[in-house]
Amino acid sequence: MTFPIFLQYTAFLLCVTLLVKPLGGYMARVFQGEWTLPDRLLRPIENGIYRVLGVDPRHDMAASEYSGAFLLFSLFGALLLYGLLRAQPLLPWYDAALLKTPMTPDLAFNTAISFSTTATWQAYGGETTMSYFSQMVGLEAQNFLAAAAGLAVGIGFLRGLVRTKSPGIGNFWVDVVRSILWVLLPIALVGALLLVWQGVPANFEPYTRATTLEGRPQSIAQGPVAPFEIIKNLGTNGGGFFNANGAHPFENPTPLANFLEMLAIAALPAALPYTFGRMLGRPRQGWVLFGVMACLFSIGLTLCHAAEQGGNPWVARAGRIESSATENQPGGNMEGKEVRFGIGGSVLGAITTSNGATGSTNSMHDSYTPAGGLIPLANMLLGEMVFGGLGAGLYSILFTAFIGLFAAGLMIGKTPEFAGKIIASGEIKLIMLYTLVAPAAVLIPTAVAVAVPAGLAGLTTNRGPHGFSEILYAFTSSFANNGQAFGGLSANSPFYNLSTAVAMLAGRFGLAIPALALAGRFARQGRRPMTAGTLPTDSFTFAVVLVGAALIIGALSYLPALALGPIVEQLLLAT
Amino acid sequence: MASEPPGSSSVSAAIKNQLRAAAFAVLLLTVLTGVVFPLVVTLLARSLFPRQAAGSLIDKDGRVTGSELIGQDFRAPGYFHPRPSAAGSGYDGLSSAGTNLGPLSPSLTAGARHDPWKPDANESYDGISQLAAAYRRENGLTRQSPLPVDAVTRSGSGLDPHISPANAALQATRVARARHLPLERVLRLIALHTEPRQWLFLGEPRVNVLALNLALDQVALLRAGRDR
Repeated sequence: MTFPIFLQYTAFLLCVTLLVKPLGGYMARVFQGEWTLPDRLLRPIENGIYRVLGVDPRHDMAASEYSGAFLLFSLFGALLLYGLLRAQPLLPWYDAALLKTPMTPDLAFNTAISFSTTATWQAYGGETTMSYFSQMVGLEAQNFLAAAAGLAVGIGFLRGLVRTKSPGIGNFWVDVVRSILWVLLPIALVGALLLVWQGVPANFEPYTRATTLEGRPQSIAQGPVAPFEIIKNLGTNGGGFFNANGAHPFENPTPLANFLEMLAIAALPAALPYTFGRMLGRPRQGWVLFGVMACLFSIGLTLCHAAEQGGNPWVARAGRIESSATENQPGGNMEGKEVRFGIGGSVLGAITTSNGATGSTNSMHDSYTPAGGLIPLANMLLGEMVFGGLGAGLYSILFTAFIGLFAAGLMIGKTPEFAGKIIASGEIKLIMLYTLVAPAAVLIPTAVAVAVPAGLAGLTTNRGPHGFSEILYAFTSSFANNGQAFGGLSANSPFYNLSTAVAMLAGRFGLAIPALALAGRFARQGRRPMTAGTLPTDSFTFAVVLVGAALIIGALSYLPALALGPIVEQLLLAT
Repeated sequence: MASEPPGSSSVSAAIKNQLRAAAFAVLLLTVLTGVVFPLVVTLLARSLFPRQAAGSLIDKDGRVTGSELIGQDFRAPGYFHPRPSAAGSGYDGLSSAGTNLGPLSPSLTAGARHDPWKPDANESYDGISQLAAAYRRENGLTRQSPLPVDAVTRSGSGLDPHISPANAALQATRVARARHLPLERVLRLIALHTEPRQWLFLGEPRVNVLALNLALDQVALLRAGRDR
């Protein structure tokens, strides 16, 4: 690892860590209705919105009602987006000559599900499919709305652990509106302008027709990229404005822009454990969870870096290439990577986006070395519990912790409990449901896809073990609501548009609904006092139990599938 | 909502309220985040950073030559060449893409003559071996001299505007000869257009190909003026 790359990785983790307390504390105040700086400006707007919606912000919802509101909000968002996409030719800024990909019903359905679940899986290339109107009013708005809904569910889940003997877990509409007004919009406004400063365009001009220095015509796609770019990262959505997503120089023009975008992905989810600790009155609990996340993040980063900087021996042989980095060239595996980011910025992007449930990759993971591509895949398969999706990452890591605590409780003969809440048979059923949804929704569609011609038809670029990896990656990413892809898979077909949409729905609601139901049960419980017999959950032992549970569940569920794809490929690479 | 009769009708009233709230929430928040927000950002961007907001376009004699951020194709020996590109037929600003070829793909190293899956489309492209051979031939390099990796790999966007300083240095001799410039002069230009790491530790040192080639043309203009 060159020293500047080491500095970049360290600076990133340092920035994320420094933001935990201010952002986490701020979110705790926002969602507990305490005083915050922008109150004077935002409270009147907030109250106006409640009046239009006809909701009483003081009304406390039971978990079932909260889930219902969440489902309806997502459903209406998806319906509106589907309608906007299908009506695209009738709406402003539509140019049939440029937007060549037809917006078929299955593509519109896939995209509507994809953006209303924060998966933002894209079976299309933005610059040849979407009008500026669709990008803005359709996709960008859903980036905000779905992210806010995710954050709301995360907060609702936390209230379950924080409250005692309470019938409700908060008000979904209040949480959504506050997510948007207090958290997402202000940060997005500042972030968008920082990105423009670095070179991300923001205009409504038609695509530019340039004449290159050598006299050839070059068309350059334009658009209101900056406002889209910031929320796609901040909301952990990740679907790109352009086909190449975060690799496109207009989406990610400089190494600093890349650093800021990665920070936008990680900062809020990384701060949520602290929000939890503060709401619970035990900040240490939050720091332990954050510590586990930071450790796993660093391990993934180091492994992926080693694989990518090591390069691809087959390529090095074919072209007699300088493989190691020097002061004048990046070395390593640069297929599908940009010179301005080099190996360091690309790997940082791969690890942040794969942990952060954000598909905004700045390099093509399909062309990573097998081991290098395995790390993002494993990050998603472990449930994106490192930072994770906004809101979803926190309940993902806590569910994993519950399983670990349950197993540990069995071993020492104690009733497992977390934060004074007992994990009894009703709770563990919900937890197991949560755990079983993932392998079912990832592995079964993968098996079907490699068995039927419609699935195999997607393998137009790569075949063999790498083709299998592409399909496994597609369903993993869809289920994880991540949206990044091994992009060689030709996924714009009715088969993949429908099957990945089902995986995305399972990943969003198959996890959120059990999480909210569990929160409802926890909220109704009292709180057990800490005794000498309680396994402390803000300790190093707890951290080990948590990581152990994640690795064991992950390995038991997915190792066979991984052996057929990236692992066998890595072995082939050494021959 | 005010007077709710007990029993099932209060449940249906609650559902009606939820439906109304959901519909209005989606519409209202969509307008706020999908219309107001991008318009505000675009207006602010245009007044604060007009050049970047418009796409960092480069004007030359009243015509747009391209964007500083978007790579373009150069083939003449007197210009520095960018990396190979998978965007359309090469640096197509409307179809950003990488190759997405897997690390063990035979096409990555040996290229593809024609794609049997798409018999209609001509999708032949060069592999790393051909790209490396062509690069050595163009620049008069021996088969033994190692190449910088960015010279023979395709970027993720297919629009990478940069090459590594090592890549530029290997092309300097060819450019100097084609332009009848002293090699020294060309190397100085490269050094002048080598951007260091941002803030000294972010990203990699790099050379913007379009900017460097514009500078080369500038030198040619100056020399022509002086000779006259």
